[in-house]
Amino acid sequence: MIDKNLVREIIAKRVAKEFKDGDVVNLGIGLPTEVANYIDKDVEVILQSENGFIGLGPAPEEGKEDKDLVNAGGKYVTIMPGGACFDSAMSFAIIRGGHVDATVLGALQVDEEGNLANWMIPGKMVPGMGGAMDLVVGAKKVIVAMEHTAKGAPKILKRCTLPLTAAKEVNLIVTEMGVIEVTDKGLVLKEIAPNTTVEEVIAATEANLIIANDLKVMEL
Amino acid sequence: MNKIKTIDEIMEFIKDGQTIMFGGFLAVGTAEHIVDAIVKKGVKDLTIICNDTAFVDKGVGKLVANKQVKKVIVSHIGTNPETGRQMNAGEIEVELVPQGTLAERIRAYGAGLGGVLTPTGLGTVVEEGKTVIEVDGKKYLLEKPLKADIAIIKGSKVDKKGNVWYSKTARNFNPIMAMAADLVIVEAEEIVEVGEIEPENVVTPHILVDYIVKGGER
Repeated sequence: MIDKNLVREIIAKRVAKEFKDGDVVNLGIGLPTEVANYIDKDVEVILQSENGFIGLGPAPEEGKEDKDLVNAGGKYVTIMPGGACFDSAMSFAIIRGGHVDATVLGALQVDEEGNLANWMIPGKMVPGMGGAMDLVVGAKKVIVAMEHTAKGAPKILKRCTLPLTAAKEVNLIVTEMGVIEVTDKGLVLKEIAPNTTVEEVIAATEANLIIANDLKVMEL
Repeated sequence: MNKIKTIDEIMEFIKDGQTIMFGGFLAVGTAEHIVDAIVKKGVKDLTIICNDTAFVDKGVGKLVANKQVKKVIVSHIGTNPETGRQMNAGEIEVELVPQGTLAERIRAYGAGLGGVLTPTGLGTVVEEGKTVIEVDGKKYLLEKPLKADIAIIKGSKVDKKGNVWYSKTARNFNPIMAMAADLVIVEAEEIVEVGEIEPENVVTPHILVDYIVKGGER
């Protein structure tokens, strides 16, 4: 079993390759936030933070925190030159109105139809959906970035069993085992991690996987 | 017309059972001094409309922790374990609303609209009990306007007429809430002379603000 930090790094590195120069991207809390560390320096990605600004920058130096400048997780951040602030209605008009090219979120479950469950476990964890439902519906491309399984149990299912965040909105699933595209025909395994076999991916996935004819090794 | 009041003076407007909107996102942009005064006053059975229930010791979370709240309408409660505990114990009602929908419902009331049509929540539990309307072949949920008795907002700079400017992400829900309540009170981090905020930099125009309270930093 590979190290958890390495798993996160693999996923974040691969997701970072999805963006092109000028893309507006919203990164969810947790693993998706780490994607920002691996974006190619020649690719300018404008990060949107749903609490009300574009131009999200890295954490400030210690002692330079601004109490009025946090990300959607409430952590102190910085704003890049050329950034812009706005209110919550504008922020979600940007999100819902199709002005965000991609959103990257974690998932509890994702399924063959591109349904996503990531906001509650009935009776156990009910934090609320925050901005996730709007992001998944509004962003042009929805990328799920997550570990392939949870304690060995598949998270990529035939049908989600947990309450959905949104129906049929996921476009791409990136895990430490591979890259899976959601298509009309089902889930297509497009890329596979180095030193991983197709059989291993299938065994760790409940959903049916269509193996791409041009299956590639994940570039990291 | 003098809109500047002391915190004690505005506490006279806060009563049991009211619906109060609070600006703020995880307590950034929340009027902390007014929250503290409401905690001290101890009014009960409030309905709170806010982005989230912040933290046990920060923002509107303090009102939840002090058991002054019967219902919250928010997008997130995960950072305040007391909200979850009270919800599971049946002591508080929690209406979870997607963040963008919450913003639009508030904006709709303030803008005199009968609701908004949004694709957010289709095919999820958010759809339950709501009207689905099809427009040009696309489905939307009808989400109704949200209003409050009082909106308590926080301004970084507020001039003596009540024009408000917000610093960075402290803006969040404050400007839309200033349009969606019968009474609007702004806690000013700094009160400045009229004219110090350039007209084009005013985010919330003074006609929307009833009272100004000096809060200071925090």
